[in-house]
Parts: sequence; C-alpha cells; structure tokens
Amino acid sequence: MLAIETDGLTKDFLVGFWRPRPYRALDHLTLAVEPGEVFGFLGPNGAGKSTAIKLLMQLIFPTSGTARILGRPAGDVDVRRRVGFLPENPAFYDYLTAEELLSYFASLFDVPSADRATRVARVLDEVGIGAERRMPLRSYSKGMVQRVGIAQAILNQPEVVFFDEPMSGLDPLGRREVRQLMLRLRDRGCTVFFSSHILSDAEAMCSQVAIIAQGKLAASGRMSDILGVDVLGWELVIDRVSSEALALLHGRARAVTELHDGRYAVDLPPEAPEAALQQLSSAGARVVSLNPLRTSLEDFFVKHVADTAAREIPSR
Amino acid sequence: MSLSAIRKVAVAVFKESVRDRVPYSLVLFAVVLMAASFLMSRLTAGQDLKVIKDLGLATMNAIGLLISIFIGTGLVSKEVERRSIYSILSKPLSRSSFIVGKYVGLVLTLAVNLGLMAIAFYAMMQYLSWTTDDWIKQGWRAPALDPWLLAPVALIGVQLMLTTAVAVFFSTFSSPLLSMLFTLGVWVAGHFSGDLRNFQTAVDSPAAAALARGLYYVLPNLSAIDVRNEIVHGRAVPWQAVGIGVASLASYIGVLVAGSTLIFNRRDFK
Repeated sequence: MLAIETDGLTKDFLVGFWRPRPYRALDHLTLAVEPGEVFGFLGPNGAGKSTAIKLLMQLIFPTSGTARILGRPAGDVDVRRRVGFLPENPAFYDYLTAEELLSYFASLFDVPSADRATRVARVLDEVGIGAERRMPLRSYSKGMVQRVGIAQAILNQPEVVFFDEPMSGLDPLGRREVRQLMLRLRDRGCTVFFSSHILSDAEAMCSQVAIIAQGKLAASGRMSDILGVDVLGWELVIDRVSSEALALLHGRARAVTELHDGRYAVDLPPEAPEAALQQLSSAGARVVSLNPLRTSLEDFFVKHVADTAAREIPSR
Repeated sequence: MSLSAIRKVAVAVFKESVRDRVPYSLVLFAVVLMAASFLMSRLTAGQDLKVIKDLGLATMNAIGLLISIFIGTGLVSKEVERRSIYSILSKPLSRSSFIVGKYVGLVLTLAVNLGLMAIAFYAMMQYLSWTTDDWIKQGWRAPALDPWLLAPVALIGVQLMLTTAVAVFFSTFSSPLLSMLFTLGVWVAGHFSGDLRNFQTAVDSPAAAALARGLYYVLPNLSAIDVRNEIVHGRAVPWQAVGIGVASLASYIGVLVAGSTLIFNRRDFK
C-alpha cells in the first residue's frame, strides 16, 4: 500500500470579481509515495505546492482527480488520526500556551487524559520548546511558532506527516534540528512529505523528489537517479602557483580562475586528475581542495522548471 | 458528527471567551448600567421596582446581543483570517462537528454571561427590597425577588441562541462586518415581525405589503417570546403563544446550524 497517491489531481480557482474565470493552480498531478520515505516536493514560489498539500488535507476540494493517504480517501476523518500536518506559516490560538494548545489537539486525537501531559511534554521537548511552553503563544517569535507547528504535526505519532515549508522562519540551528527530526521520523517508519524551495534541504534528506512548476509535475524520481553517479569534472583549488605551474594547467584545465594572492580555482575534465596533481606538486603548487562535480539538484531543478516554463509560453 | 468532538471544540470556545476581556467588560458594563438604573429609579417615586426590572432586563438583552454578534460573527471568519483553521481541520474532526462545537461553545459562554448578569440583577433587587419601606412594598404588584423574572431571562437566552445561530451562519461565508450587519438586520426585523405582518395598514403599495408579509413568514419572530413587559407589569403572559414561538425559534436554530454546516462542508480554505 502506498503512503500517498494522487491521480490526475487538478484544482481550478475562480479569479476576478465581476467576471470570474478559472485559474488552474494544479494541473493533473499524479504522484506515488512509498511508505517510510522522505519525499521532497519542490518548486518555485507559486508553483502549486501548498495547493497540492491542501488538497491532500482536504482543506480545499479538487476540481478533478483523486487523492489517497494510506489507502483511504484524503478527506477521511479516521485517516487523519494517522496523519500529521504543518501548514505554511502556521498560526494558532493566541490566548493558549503551547502546552494547552497541544493538550487540546491531543484530546481531538483521543489521547487518554492520563497520558496527555507526558505526550505533550515529550513532543515539546523534541522540538526545543522548553521553559516557554507555559507562555501564551502571542508572545512567541516566528521560529517558536514554527516549532509549535511541527510539534502539533507529530503529536499523534503519525504514519504520514506533511510539512509545508518546514524550515520557514527557522535559524540555521533550528533548520538543522528540523532536518534531524525528519530523519528520526523516517527511522521510526513515518513517511515524511515536505515541500520546499530550499534545494540543499531536499538534497540532504530526500530519497525521492518531485518538482512542480506552474501547477504541473515537471519531474519526479529517486535522488540517486536524478543526481547520478558519473563525475562531470573536478573542482581543484591550488595555492602558491608559479608561472611554470600555470603553464602546465593551460593544456589540461577547462577553466582557470584566480581567486587571490596566488590561489587559483581550476576546472578539470572528468578524466582521472592524479597526473595533473603530481605535475602541479612538482612545480611547487599546493593542493587546497579537490571536489568531484556531479549534477546537483539545483541544476536538475533549474533545467526542469525552465523547460516547463518554456513549454507553457507558446500556449499562453 | 461526533458528540465528543463537539464538546471539545465547545470547551475550547468557552476557554477562549474566558480569556477574552471583551465579554467580561460587557458584563461589567451591564452591572454598572443596572446600578445606574437603581439610582434613576429613586427619582421616579413609586415606580422604582418596575424601572429597575425594565432597565435590568433590557440591559441583559442588549449586552447579550452585543456578545452574541461580536463573538458569533468572528467565530469562523477569525479562524480563517488567522489561518488557525488549517491546523484544526487537519485533526480527526469533521467540519460539521467543528461548526456545531463553535456554536455550542458560544451558547455556553452566553449562558454563563447571562447567568452572571441575572445574579447581579437579583442582588440589586434584594438590596432594593431591604432598603424599601414595607408600606411601599405593599403597593408592588410582584415581589422584588420575583422568580417569574427568570422567565424573560431564559427567553432572552433563547433569542440570543437564535441570534448566535444567525451570526455563525453568516460568518461561514461572509466577512465579519457584513455578518454583523446581516445579523443585526435579522434581529431588528425579528423584533418588528408583527409590524411586517400588518404592513398593508401603513403603506398603499400592495407589492411592498406582499414583500413585508413574505418577510414576516421567512424571518424569525423574536417579539413573540418577549414577555418582559408582561412580567414586569404583572400582566398575564400568553404562555401558549410563547411556547409556539420558542418551538418556532428552535426550528430556525436547527435550520441555521444545518445550513452553516452545509456551507462550511463545501468551503475551500485557500
């Protein structure tokens, strides 16, 4: 059984006051997410990521197509017992404390009252809301509200969790903690479906990604297939470069760029760089770093988003 | 729809109102107003009891109406505006339970507020009774601590339940300001229902008269259960008509709550 599946999921919104006309926010999205995966749902701003997630949570209704979570229709109230959801830029009841909010939500999940306090405390600890848990939410910073949002999404120990832009409003430390939390959830067997336009986050965590642009699925696949294993070249940084070493590079490198004070960045072809390194070393140069160049998620993303845009322009 | 979920949402609405200063400021204002009516009554020799009862009940009605409209019209629209609706509706809670829970929570809030105002009202009556000479009391048609006064208080409660249902209904699809205007409109029309029925005596236009008569049949008749004058002045209350009025308002409440859930169940939260 798939954790999440959509089949031709489409959503039109009516725009315009006097003469409303349909605007297609999501166009025939078909996805299949295996259980226990971290699935990255990527796309530029306004691509339709949040629309798709809201359709999956049935906060909005599809114009056509279907969505299923854990084999059940997306709107099923019972399936929500097994699902967590962090909306983009979450907001809660200002008059409650984080502890009270989570206790209220735990009651909606029918967590027995005897276990509620322990469960709430554990989840708040997990997202790093400690002493502030008894402060009203109105006094929280954006990052703290985001952490509370994550806490309420994992409160029911979900089998599938949807995070819409989970890193939004978090500082670098917070982002790292959330990445670790998502991997922990995956290790517990939870399927993590998260939307983002921050590709480094997806690259660090996802086993599978889908790229959406202008409401359409531009590409999807396993990260290993997307990024590939072939080395496209080498990025070499060298120091103390003499004129003799520079002369050696001119025949071999695809590009040589001076960084500062005799330090150079060299773009080498994919062939084994050992010989070049040996010769440079003999000429007195010192190797600072050597990194293989592979297709990055960013390259893949830019290519597919650009392709989708190019296909759309003639039809508009 | 689940009763347990409705109860949980209702308790949350009640908790919100307890922490919200607005309803309690209004209740405080009501108590001050009742106290003012007590002073005013001293200026009207022999009529003090009636004046206090009249003003006290009118104050309860007005303050209850304000709470009902101000909170009721924001119950759903505020959730949508501040986007807290996304988190709550992603929980195992049907949209119908959410709406009914919101309604029940506000009715509970109004009941508590009305109860507080009634206690203040009776306390004032007790004070009046203590400070009034016996020969004056002999002229009173009804005692100061008249248990029958609870009847108009309860009926104000029924009217407020209807007003709240109207407010929640409009708030499921309209902005708070428009919902307030619509709800106030229904409340005013509901209190002048009898005039709508006999509109042909006031206008020459048969079309206007027919429209007014149509509105009379569509709009709830709030004046039918307003027994404040009868109780205060010790006149007979047409209980049968009141019973029919209450039953009719209960049907309106049922239809409005069902309509609210129907609209809310189909609504997109972009």
